Amino acid sequence: MTAQNRLNHIQLLEAESIHILREVASEFQKPVMLYSIGKDSSVMLRLAQKAFHPGPIPFPLLHVDTGYKFHEMLEFRDRLTSELGVKLIVWRNEEALAQGANPVKLGTQRCCGLLKTQALLDGLRAHGFDAAFGGARRDEEKSRAKERIYSFRDSAGQWDPKNQRPELWNLFNSRIGPGESIRVFPLSNWTELDIWHYIHLENIPIVPLYLAKERRMLVRGDSLIPVEQSFVQGLPGEEQWVKCRLRSLGCSPCTGAIRSDADTVPKIIEELMGMRNSERANRVIDHDQDGSMELKKREGYF
Amino acid sequence: MIFAEEQTVNGADVAKDTAHASIEALLEAERAKDLLRFSTAGSVDDGKSTLIGRLLYDSRNVYEDHVRAVTRDAAIDFAQLTDGLRAEREQGITIDVAYRYFSTAKRKFIIADTPGHEQYTRNMATGASTADVAIVLVDARKGILDQTRRHACIASLLGIPIVIAAINKMDLVEFSEEVFERHRQALLELAHRLEIPELIAVPVSALDGDNIVHRSERTPWYSGPSLLELLETVPLAIERSSAGLRFPVQRVVRPHQDFRGFAGQIAAGTVRPGDEVVALPSGRRTRVRSITTWEGELELAHAPQSVVLTLEDEVDVSRGEMIASVTDAPHRTRHFEATVVWMHGTPLQPGMTYMLKHTSQTVRARVVEIRSRIHVDHLEHRPAEQLGLNDIGQLVIETSLPLLADVYRESRATGSFILIDPTDNTTAGAGMIRSIADTEEGATPINRATRGLIAVGNRQELAAELEKSLLQAGALVLRTRVPVSASLVTIARIGAVVLVESDASDPVTLTRVDVANAQPRELAFDHPDEILNELQSLGALPTGDDENDNGLGI
Ligand SMILES: Nc1nc2c(ncn2[C@@H]2O[C@H](COP(=O)(O)OP(=O)(O)O)[C@@H](O)[C@H]2O)c(=O)[nH]1
Ligand SMILES: [Mg+2]
Repeated sequence: MTAQNRLNHIQLLEAESIHILREVASEFQKPVMLYSIGKDSSVMLRLAQKAFHPGPIPFPLLHVDTGYKFHEMLEFRDRLTSELGVKLIVWRNEEALAQGANPVKLGTQRCCGLLKTQALLDGLRAHGFDAAFGGARRDEEKSRAKERIYSFRDSAGQWDPKNQRPELWNLFNSRIGPGESIRVFPLSNWTELDIWHYIHLENIPIVPLYLAKERRMLVRGDSLIPVEQSFVQGLPGEEQWVKCRLRSLGCSPCTGAIRSDADTVPKIIEELMGMRNSERANRVIDHDQDGSMELKKREGYF
Repeated sequence: MIFAEEQTVNGADVAKDTAHASIEALLEAERAKDLLRFSTAGSVDDGKSTLIGRLLYDSRNVYEDHVRAVTRDAAIDFAQLTDGLRAEREQGITIDVAYRYFSTAKRKFIIADTPGHEQYTRNMATGASTADVAIVLVDARKGILDQTRRHACIASLLGIPIVIAAINKMDLVEFSEEVFERHRQALLELAHRLEIPELIAVPVSALDGDNIVHRSERTPWYSGPSLLELLETVPLAIERSSAGLRFPVQRVVRPHQDFRGFAGQIAAGTVRPGDEVVALPSGRRTRVRSITTWEGELELAHAPQSVVLTLEDEVDVSRGEMIASVTDAPHRTRHFEATVVWMHGTPLQPGMTYMLKHTSQTVRARVVEIRSRIHVDHLEHRPAEQLGLNDIGQLVIETSLPLLADVYRESRATGSFILIDPTDNTTAGAGMIRSIADTEEGATPINRATRGLIAVGNRQELAAELEKSLLQAGALVLRTRVPVSASLVTIARIGAVVLVESDASDPVTLTRVDVANAQPRELAFDHPDEILNELQSLGALPTGDDENDNGLGI
């Protein structure tokens, strides 16, 4: 093999992810792609377009809407899915929302439990999906470093870190029992930098919240908290204009922004290469307790 | 990700150096990187977690918040940087395969970090299955242990071409050259026995960082590269396979009447529009019309690209079938011998049946026979009634439908399979095909011959005697003066012992043909009977145990 027909790391990751997408679409009865509107989902969606080209994507997208997503995210979602002509299912825990569930009232952890985890499990069950693609990457968080690409879930949707199937080569075991399902992570081996690089190379549309601009923010210590929901109240003087951007997209009350001048994708990549903190350090939700991600995963969260 | 204070050669430095250059140059450099996967294995407390932590930290691939979380009294606990799950943090050991990612200016790396205990053989095999390189840790105070042999054996079985032995804790043996050399020699011997093509030893202290990223001043007698320098320069195993085109079909893409394509990931070889190919198992020949991708049609595609192929003729190919090169097609077989790593709590026994997944095909498989169990700590084959959890054995397997397969050593992607327990659906075993009876449907004996080419040089008399003795022993023999060529190898593969004479006065050598890229091995003996004994011990001759077995499978 000569150097000229050797794949670079991005091409290799792409080929691997496409293989996984096709394998799941072929071996499961009813797959679905969890679409969170974020950068990872955007890459995953592009890979799905490529995997089945020139045919259509053979499964729908499912967005779990907590009710507290940024309005820019929802606009982006609706525009993109209609442009691409993919089927979109939106699922919300209406009951909890009607009772006024929000992170300030319930605390971050309980709120996530109801609006994210519960809604996700209900949505998957209601439609009878047996395989759900997620955009999680192993480099995001320590407990994800051991996650399989095919992550097996029992009939309650739960994950047992001690009881995972070994995964060798690119041979995936897709056999499950009645009521059981799997989560599939085609981006497992991508890093945050790979994702941005790919977005740049492929010119993949992203929510503008990722790009720096002057925004109204509550400035509290090191945190920049977006002003979107009325229950997020600032103290006098906290609300300011700040040039900032979001490093990962979540719910507006629980997603911290970072100060940044990166208003293009190449500038984001440049910024990332000099970053001193991990992606999730900016996510308010992970500060609850050590190992909180693993707890959430055990309960059924991604 | 800038963190450590010292200067290092890595992505972060590139970011700094090119701060004034254009961002485009930086992206260009990023784009040029290739990807190396390596696995790590070591016994508990050999310092594996510390080594990985150190590798990431010194190459500035660790975030500040992660470092803060594992810093106590101004000292960084490097092991804690990588030990992830709760259960494992409680027990203080690594219990599963963890994947880590980092990159330098030259390469991107994926580490499969695996535990070293015997009860985690399956995890080690998992990590090794996709690795280009294996790092085996050795405690300088202890040298080679049973576990070291196990790790090396697994690396060999899973076909990893390069093993790096990190002789760790050199600080505890006063950085003694003598200690290092002693371990290095023992390891080289081990590698030779295991047929590991390349073993490289590096003296390190993971705790202090010697020879991990930076070359150490405390090992002036060592002039080799640091561990990271090695990882940045060793060749990739990306196309180790010498096989022709192997394109297992994952699904048929048929968006409308006028398009019928076959989607898959190229498992081996290359393909161009116009190439003559064969659809298997039907055997229909046709040509490739196009290589279709989202970016447009390609003039050339190669492993491991994911593409869609269209064919000139209306050939019926479905999921689980294969499009392959005409000149060098895979074997079509229902019977083969394989090395299997057992991963299930219920032991494997002869007669049991499982689901077998190979490329994109899943079939039923029956264990015909357990040939032996490999005692990885002592590297011996012994007879066995069953294989328990974490055992490795040689099996004979029969499948309900033919597989389109190659020997693992020749092609990882078409020589590997998993066994799935049909009752609980778990992945019960992982297998590597060792030898194939190249047959059509129906029962056929397994070819257990270790066939080969024997180069005898100008030793005419020896050649004549060998020819006679081999024929008397019931072997097929071809004696020739034609220089070694692909067709001679093919003849040997069919089941003959090929004696090659020449005018050279070189020593007598044997080249096995059941092992990919096997190098000629000097035979230590001169006398025909001694050479015959040697061949006998390799299994190249009939054993006489089974009267139907002529040792050649024919
Ligand atoms: N002196 C010395 N101690 C080491 C070195 N590498 C690791 N250790 C120590 O050995 C112990 C086990 O290390 P750890 O990385 O957890 O080993 P693992 O079980 O192989 O992951 C820890 O106390 C480390 O600090 C080394 O190079 N020198
Ligand atoms: Mg450890």
